[in-house]
Amino acid sequence: MAAEHLDRLRREGRITIVGASLAGLRAAETLRAEGFAGELTLIGDEPYEPYDRPPLSKSVLLGRADPHRTELPRRRETDATWRLGVTATGLDLTAGRVRLSDGDEVEYDRLLIATGVRARPWPKESEARLDGVFLLRTRDDAAGLYQRLRSGPRRVFVIGAGFAGCEVASACREQGIQVTVAERAGAPLVGALGGVVGAVAADLMREHGVDLRTRVTVTALEGDATGRVRAVHLSDESVVEADVVVVSLGSQRNTEWLDGSGLGAGPRGIACDAGCRAFDFRGIVTDDVFVAGDVARSPHALFEYQFLSLEHWGNAVAQAETAAHNMICDGADRRPHLWMPAFWSSQFGVNIKSVGVPPMGEELMITQGSTAERRFVGVYGHKGRVVAAVSFDNTRWLEFYQRAIERGAPFPPEYPTMDRRAENRHPVPADFPDPSLPTHGPMVTLSGWSPADTQLVFHPARH
Amino acid sequence: MTRDSIVRRITDFANRADPYPVYRELRATPVLHEEEGGPYVISSYWDIEALLHDPRISSEAANLADPGEDAALLQSEETGGLPPSFLRLDPPEHDRLRRIANSAFGPPHQPRRIDGMRGELREIVTALIDGFGDARGIDLVDDFAYPFPVTVICRLLGVPREDEPRFRAWVDPLVASLDPGKRQEADEEFARTAREARMQLGMYLAGLAEERAKEPRDDLLSDLVNSHGPDGAMTMMEVLSTSVLLLIAGHETTVNLITNGMLTLLRHPDVLERLRREPELAPRLVEELLRYEPPVQLVPQRTCLTDIEVRGVTIPKGSRIWLVLAAGNRDPERFKDPERFDPDREDIQHLGFGSGIHICFGAPLARLETQIALTELARRLENPRLVQDPPPYRENAVLRGPRHLEITFDGVRP
Repeated sequence: MAAEHLDRLRREGRITIVGASLAGLRAAETLRAEGFAGELTLIGDEPYEPYDRPPLSKSVLLGRADPHRTELPRRRETDATWRLGVTATGLDLTAGRVRLSDGDEVEYDRLLIATGVRARPWPKESEARLDGVFLLRTRDDAAGLYQRLRSGPRRVFVIGAGFAGCEVASACREQGIQVTVAERAGAPLVGALGGVVGAVAADLMREHGVDLRTRVTVTALEGDATGRVRAVHLSDESVVEADVVVVSLGSQRNTEWLDGSGLGAGPRGIACDAGCRAFDFRGIVTDDVFVAGDVARSPHALFEYQFLSLEHWGNAVAQAETAAHNMICDGADRRPHLWMPAFWSSQFGVNIKSVGVPPMGEELMITQGSTAERRFVGVYGHKGRVVAAVSFDNTRWLEFYQRAIERGAPFPPEYPTMDRRAENRHPVPADFPDPSLPTHGPMVTLSGWSPADTQLVFHPARH
Repeated sequence: MTRDSIVRRITDFANRADPYPVYRELRATPVLHEEEGGPYVISSYWDIEALLHDPRISSEAANLADPGEDAALLQSEETGGLPPSFLRLDPPEHDRLRRIANSAFGPPHQPRRIDGMRGELREIVTALIDGFGDARGIDLVDDFAYPFPVTVICRLLGVPREDEPRFRAWVDPLVASLDPGKRQEADEEFARTAREARMQLGMYLAGLAEERAKEPRDDLLSDLVNSHGPDGAMTMMEVLSTSVLLLIAGHETTVNLITNGMLTLLRHPDVLERLRREPELAPRLVEELLRYEPPVQLVPQRTCLTDIEVRGVTIPKGSRIWLVLAAGNRDPERFKDPERFDPDREDIQHLGFGSGIHICFGAPLARLETQIALTELARRLENPRLVQDPPPYRENAVLRGPRHLEITFDGVRP
């Protein structure tokens, strides 16, 4: 009976994907690759076909890539109905129906939610509307900001020193543009990598001529008579004149449209099980609604089954593939999403990469190289285990540390490594800010908890 | 070692033409340690890959607990007048030297140095094939696969091509000293020859480097001598070690890659014919070749800084480790149908260039050279055939390839 039902779903079922970006596209392709022959609908609120975002804060701002030419390469024909420029506004779980902003409704047998995140806007609306104030999330944002950078601004002001903010500052300096960066915490990247590594990032920025202000917040954006931004007021009562302001305060998850739907959705994302099936608000798993990408929070066996929200390119792809597979499979054929969190950034000529969940680590040990030289590998520990690693210009070693995380290897690592410096014989506090204090928000959020066996050995799919 | 020792059979010349059955046997014991003082031999793809990324595994000979058979040769490296090249160094020294060398060689500093040679490479290939004249047969090694990369590395480094007979006399004993088979039998005379050769080659290059210091040209040697990036400059001795490395690695491996490639194509005439019709197949074909018949068969120069465990076996600190790349490349745990040469396979991966921080420095050049060489040979030779299969092999078990590859054909297309 169940097999027959599944067979019909694969043959002539209706699958709707809300969110037409990286995760949505890869899910659609996977569905087709795995033999789904029914009706496939993709709904996206931007008018564009799925495009790639990482270049937007890097090569696009440098003029090395055209913001309108970062379409994601297609892996295969999706043969889908694309409804672009339309927003999903509601979900009726019982009837299996998605409501759209144009008044239309789409029925589904299976739904995938991949609505991602959006940039957190400047909270004061009138100031946010000033000419010269930018967010950086979409292709249009990037195109606008690039144009403005080309017009030779006297100073760019970046609010928030997370990865995106730092990349913007890096792109400005590379083009000789004066830039000020303000960060509420004590250093850049602290939410993602902690204060020790943040201090390295701070030195790097200052050495490249960035006017970095830490432990300050922006209190007001000031416009001139024509409605153009002209100055930024800070909590230390200083005022910085700037004609471009980039608001880089992290992101908000696109879940508001699910209010009242009964799904377990909120500001931290949509909770789902390891197989990407969404939970309802009672903690009961649904069987026809799936989640993937930045908007999902899923339990991870390697990290104590905490629910993790990951804003990582690779996670969006891997989770979409798993969700799509599970949508058209049953029982034992379903597989868990056990992606190893991994993130990279490139700024001020340095390649930064992390694996695992750094914000989970209380301690940090520099196992190779030196922070003073800004070439190193650092390992994060939590309760005597390795949970993450970060590298500055040392990417090739991370594979080794990734395996250590998968094995639950002990922390601190006792073994000698090449290029271990005398000053790094002992771990130091990783110095993450108190999670109850607001920062701009890390790219990995530990968003929940579920007690379970932590001794599990993780064997990743290797090909 | 006993007569049946697998390690002995890896280096045994009798197995050179087809070492793959030995490798197959080797993989049955993924961490093989046959006798006290002998190497720990690693043959599975995933283990090799992991060890190449393991910061507890050192490339520095000084970390060997018992240099044993290497003692004489190690000394030759130290007293041959030159410091070890970055191939035999660990970070941070390795990183510094490789970065400086790389800023002269590749992106981001010299994004066009290799790609910009495309036209030049094609010209050299064309001239060599034109040189076959109306012959109906050639030795691919002597007439093509050797002179091509030598000409290229000479131009790139800035070494006069006409000096090739001189430096070849020094390169040959150095290359022989890399062969673990030879090392096992090495005597003082062998070591002295290697030491002497290294010193002579170093002195020869020192002369060129001095000229470049006075009068830089558009070549690698000039860039190495005059490096002044964020890592500062190389010392003159470091320049010499680096250029010895580049000169040797720059052609000894490519000769074998091209020759192994043509041999493989002649054994798979359907693929050869396809390459003739679809030259765009070349990049995939070369990648598959690097998996199927890699020119560097094994890396015998690793040791561990601490006891490490691989598949339940503890390898004691200071042990010698051999990573048999060519065995990993045909590991059925990693590749479907691994013994099949198939440029259409879905995910062509390989250890042909190694992996990790020592991944082949010249890979972009080797790829381009081989792609162009094989495409042009396929296009221009009419109905090429092997004269002898298997062909006679070179002695070396590490840098494996035919010594000669006699082929006949019906003519050379324009």
